[in-house]
Amino acid sequence: MQDPGFFTRFMLAFALFFRVLFDAAFAGRALLLRSGSDPDADHHDHQPQPAPAPPAPPQLHEAPAEAALQLLGLLQREGRLMDFLQEDMSAYTDAQVGAAARVVHDQCKRALDSHLQLERIRNEEEGSRVSVPKGFSPSEIRLLGNVSGEPPFSGALTHAGWRVARIELPKLSDGHDVHIIAPAEVEL
Amino acid sequence: MSEPKHAVGIDLGTTHCAVASVEIATSDRDTLVLSGLGIPQVVAPGEVETRPLLPSFLYLPHPSELPPAALTLPWPGHPTDLVVGEAARALGTKVALRLVSSAKSWLCQGSIDRRAPLLPLHTAEDVQKLSPLAATVEYLNHMRNAWDHDHPDAPLAQQLLSIGVPASFDPAARELTAEAARLAGLDQAVLIEEPQAALYSWLGVNGGAWREQVKVGDVILVVDVGGGTSDFSLINVRERDGDLELERIAVGEHILLGGDNMDLALAFYLKSELEANGQKLDNAQLATLTQAARAAKERLLNLPDEQAAPVVLPGRGSKLVGGALKTELKRSDLERVLLEGFFPIVEAAARPASRPRGALTQIGLPYAQDPAITRHLAAFLGRQAGALGNNQQSFVRPTAVLYNGGVFKSELLRERIRGVLDAWLSGAGAEPVRVLPGADLEAAVARGAAYYGWVRSGNGIRIRGGTAMAYYVGIESAMPAVPGLPPQLTALCIAPFGMEEGTAAAMPPAEFGLVVGEPVRFHFFGSSTRREDAAGSVLEHWSDNELTELQDIEVTLAADQQRPGDVVSVQLQAAVTEVGTLQLAAVNIASGLRWKVELDTRDATAG
Repeated sequence: MQDPGFFTRFMLAFALFFRVLFDAAFAGRALLLRSGSDPDADHHDHQPQPAPAPPAPPQLHEAPAEAALQLLGLLQREGRLMDFLQEDMSAYTDAQVGAAARVVHDQCKRALDSHLQLERIRNEEEGSRVSVPKGFSPSEIRLLGNVSGEPPFSGALTHAGWRVARIELPKLSDGHDVHIIAPAEVEL
Repeated sequence: MSEPKHAVGIDLGTTHCAVASVEIATSDRDTLVLSGLGIPQVVAPGEVETRPLLPSFLYLPHPSELPPAALTLPWPGHPTDLVVGEAARALGTKVALRLVSSAKSWLCQGSIDRRAPLLPLHTAEDVQKLSPLAATVEYLNHMRNAWDHDHPDAPLAQQLLSIGVPASFDPAARELTAEAARLAGLDQAVLIEEPQAALYSWLGVNGGAWREQVKVGDVILVVDVGGGTSDFSLINVRERDGDLELERIAVGEHILLGGDNMDLALAFYLKSELEANGQKLDNAQLATLTQAARAAKERLLNLPDEQAAPVVLPGRGSKLVGGALKTELKRSDLERVLLEGFFPIVEAAARPASRPRGALTQIGLPYAQDPAITRHLAAFLGRQAGALGNNQQSFVRPTAVLYNGGVFKSELLRERIRGVLDAWLSGAGAEPVRVLPGADLEAAVARGAAYYGWVRSGNGIRIRGGTAMAYYVGIESAMPAVPGLPPQLTALCIAPFGMEEGTAAAMPPAEFGLVVGEPVRFHFFGSSTRREDAAGSVLEHWSDNELTELQDIEVTLAADQQRPGDVVSVQLQAAVTEVGTLQLAAVNIASGLRWKVELDTRDATAG
């Protein structure tokens, strides 16, 4: 498009002055234009909108990595978990892997047991019939298979679930770098 | 000092320490509020965790070894050049030359100067060594800080405090423990024999009901096998003014042998198994082998149906699977190494074997030469045959047994002790022993020590006993010396058996002329069996079993009030302090001057 001449621009500025003053939605788009972004990037409706409430931004948050890294470091220190996961298993026989897995399992479990208290969500035997009441917590109970109708539901318990009732990780000193899962070792 | 709110007990173990307490105001006999203290400690560089036990290890890191602030603890003023507890134990498995362990066992070695920096024993030149005493102070400091952190309104220095020591600790080792407490700012601490603490813990657990579990005439044998020492005591149940009374009548000799030796024995057995299969262990794997052996042992002891437990040593470096060594611990081998090695079935007349030491023994801990705890037990009961005033029996007959120490979590070992005792008793026509139920095997010493403090404040029942030995000084006779024969020695009793805390013995009339300014040494003996000797008794002859020679004692008459070179006539007097330590003084009757006789001395030419 050819650039408009001075008069055209003068008239446009005059018209825009009042539109910016009285049309909030238009003013918002003008503001975006002024800051250099494309006001039409989101929607291609050139028509002025009746002022809608701005949509709430989606509520997602980032989990802090510190505790996760610390737990990894703990499982490596106590049970060599990272070494186990990172090792190429294809070179070894099942018996070799099994023997090492026993150590990792034993010691990681011990480390977990001393830092978190694990509970089953349902105490019934897996495979038994259980009923799921109205108002059940969908984060605690996942429905599988023929999911239809209204609660209470009746079904077979396929997995009893796990819940961490309490977690207590070691306190960290200032400057402690949790990214170091295991320091390199050099024997002198 | 404000009124103490708590009676606190400290278990200052060879391998682990623990702290427990009784709230004085809210406790009565049947509702004892006993709680253990969680001890914050560095568990890995930069990470602090609260645990019920503090491993008795101390690590001296290289200045560049750890990141800054890696040893931060929740309280101010913590050391930055050393660490105690779990991190020390863990770091020490990889760098042994910077690790101090078994300080308690060193604390009772008269052959070394326990105030001299000598630990770690085998180390590098740039490591700042510590004395066994200083290491003990560090453990106490840590526990004190942990307590104060948890009880800002009731600091430990203002509470009743009892610290457990082996019943078999000699006077010098007891004095050093009390000195460590003073150096940690815990001047008010008193000492309690560990087997007695175990019985106090049992009394506390049972409330008033203990009276139904024992009867007049009972002889309770406490078998206490800790991480590094084994300790026996006999406690007699008597009647006094219509009520039951407990009296500790005998304690065993110091046996440097415990659960750690058992794990080590299993590790060496497994090492030989691995090497027989052509598998070679590197140093780091050797260190983890003991841990793996302990885990396999516990698995077999807890699961009586399993015939073998796998033992896998993960590879070093990051190759976990590739470098792994694998073997197994069979039940038959466990029983052979553990039961037959440490708890063999022996006769009541059996005695520990003592092999002469090689001429080139390295300086180190003199572990018991005979690892058989049952033989040591037989020797103890035989030596104490007359403990109840009955000289007709060849050994004293316990009627009940109380176990203490984590080793006895294993039913197999408890049953073995019981079986051996019962065989001895039935051979002598006596009833089998009863096992006192409800023993708290791992926490009993700290808890019992706390209970003891509560008892001292006027509650519950107190176990009577006093000193478990009579003490003697050796006097060389004035007879002309016979060439080739050592001068004849007689023993002068200065402290009778069973002296209670806070009492002094009568002063024996024997006088010694001491030269002012010159240290004078005396031979020093103890007897755990001669109950009748009064202070002043002189023994011309005794058998090896009766008197045990302890470390020499030494006195120097300071030259500040006397002229150097003068000869001053003194008498020796013994007292037992409220803390529970023996104190000897040289007294000049004419002037009233007193000089302290040092129990902890060392021959300048030795070791």
